Amino acid sequence: MAAPLPAALRLLALAALAAAPAMRADDAIRVGEYASLTGKEASWGQSSHQGIAMALEQINAAGGVLGRRLELLTEDNQTVPGQSATAAKKLISRDKVVALLGEVSSGRSLEAAPICQANRIPMIAPASTNPKVTQVGDYIFRVCFIDSFQGTVMARFAGGDLKARRVALISSVSNAYSVGLARIFRERFVAGGGAIPAEQKYAEGDKDFRAQLTAIRAAGCDAVFVPGYYTEAALIVRQARELGMAMPFLGGDGWVSDELLLIGGDAMNGCYYSTHFSPQNVSPEVRRFVEHYRARWSGATPDAFAALGYDAAGVLVDAIRRAGSTEGPRVRDALARTRAFSGATGETTIDANRDASKPATIIAIRDGRLNFLETVAP
Amino acid sequence: MSEFLQQLINGLSLGAIYALIALGYTMVYGVLRFINFAHSDVFMVGAFIGYYVGRALPLGTVWGGLVSMAAAMAGCAVLGIVIERLVYRPLRGGPTLNVLITAIGMSLFLEYSGQLVFGATPRAFPQIFPSKVMEFHGLIISMNQVIVIVVASVLLLGLEFTVFRTKIGTAMRAVALNPGAAQLVGINIDVVISFTFGLGSALAGAGGVLYALNYPSIDPLMGVVPGLKAFVAAVLGGVGNIPGAALGAMILGMVETFVDGSRWSTYKDAIAFTILIGILLFRPAGLLGRMTSEKV
Repeated sequence: MAAPLPAALRLLALAALAAAPAMRADDAIRVGEYASLTGKEASWGQSSHQGIAMALEQINAAGGVLGRRLELLTEDNQTVPGQSATAAKKLISRDKVVALLGEVSSGRSLEAAPICQANRIPMIAPASTNPKVTQVGDYIFRVCFIDSFQGTVMARFAGGDLKARRVALISSVSNAYSVGLARIFRERFVAGGGAIPAEQKYAEGDKDFRAQLTAIRAAGCDAVFVPGYYTEAALIVRQARELGMAMPFLGGDGWVSDELLLIGGDAMNGCYYSTHFSPQNVSPEVRRFVEHYRARWSGATPDAFAALGYDAAGVLVDAIRRAGSTEGPRVRDALARTRAFSGATGETTIDANRDASKPATIIAIRDGRLNFLETVAP
Repeated sequence: MSEFLQQLINGLSLGAIYALIALGYTMVYGVLRFINFAHSDVFMVGAFIGYYVGRALPLGTVWGGLVSMAAAMAGCAVLGIVIERLVYRPLRGGPTLNVLITAIGMSLFLEYSGQLVFGATPRAFPQIFPSKVMEFHGLIISMNQVIVIVVASVLLLGLEFTVFRTKIGTAMRAVALNPGAAQLVGINIDVVISFTFGLGSALAGAGGVLYALNYPSIDPLMGVVPGLKAFVAAVLGGVGNIPGAALGAMILGMVETFVDGSRWSTYKDAIAFTILIGILLFRPAGLLGRMTSEKV
């Protein structure tokens, strides 16, 4: 068995050499993407994927970059823990991508980031807000704000706009995003003179939250902060309303999904969350993006992750153009020097920590609709 | 005090759903001595049948809800019988391990076929029964919780009646006691086993619809966690014992609810399972299970 293998390999190499001139004609720059296209958080993977795909299509239509076409290779991690690392390895070692785009979830970005770092392949997370993601190394970037900003915005919003003195917390024990955001909210809200009368936990995939909510109801509060993902948040609010809890529920960008209103229904009225983008924003860049998106994806309205996916792809191509190369270290240096890149979510400037500082948008849910409330600058 | 009573109601409705699934595990084990791991996926199929039928009927009506549930129970009963006929029957008489591995395979087959057929994205389950929230002196109970508790109790009593007061129930108990002897006295074992699977799967179907009604987000992997919990409940009560499964499910539902509502909610599963291990240390056959000594 040992001998035929090298022979076969040699044959393959010959075949590859023979094919090489043909390939050079269509010498596309390969960009990898890993996303949760199916599974529990499929809505996010679909959104970010549509944003990324549209950005690359537009760039190709305008002549590509460095005179070459861009090719997107997408891997689905099925929202399953462990799959993102496998996807990143495959994209880097087999597909030879020059950079990776992904993920929305911080937990899944943290799986792939060490692999990108070790292979010196730049990775841009469209929407992972946990601070730890870009701390993995100097090849890891993001184009969204981080949780310490988001937590501060929501703590200020609860204490200021909503005039809440007592805010209860209910967060996931097994989700890096939820744990981090809950901690920052608690610190900032208490520092602002508020009180946290109850702090309850749940595990990812839980469906019954009545016990935790009953305890929160007994403790008494003016609002509840739910720094989780939409699948759980919608059920939490729905069950809270059934228990007669009428106070506002607040969330972060984990709430961004059409499913939130589908699962939560009328219960979601009177809730607020912070996000990166609102299609109702009237700035010309946003309006142009929304129009293009609707035309490309049969009338679908883009959400925050579609916009961030679009911007992540835009920032990457901009860096490749400025670097004049697709080599990892040079693209990384160009990415780190990104200043005021104009995209769907406003201007992106990469700071020394490889994070983007961007305004947060607060959305109010009223009459079963998402309403743009305000933008909070960093 | 009012918080305690509220948690009691929450625990009761959670336990009632675990009980419906646990009964299917325990019945099949009682008759065939093997754990049907595909049971939790039949539960998932039940929720999806309820979803499709429920959307075709007027929402928020009692008859619409009952028809959806009946359709889910009928569909699951057929599925259970077909699975037994095609997958488990050819292996009957073989080593127990073969059937067990096959059951795991069947479970994975249903889960991933579900992803292919229904898609992996969670869907919002429609409100098929009228929704209402009732309040008595600060205690709040939703219509969905009432429906879960009432339907589970009715099905439990119906099951108890079937097993102990009908001819087919007597035959089931005879097969459970000694299949060979049952065959000798003229019981058609195949019919009895098909019936057992059909009945257990119908309960799982009802459980699926009730679960989806309370937690209205369904996906093809939704059966895994409640299935595991129900299996544990069945073991706790004494696997093979019908009232035991219901008791085990109630205890598990209550413990989970009270831990969740306390300061230690982070350790919910750890505490719930430590209590279970404790109970099984002192009563290895489960709370209501009969101790049997192996004769050598």
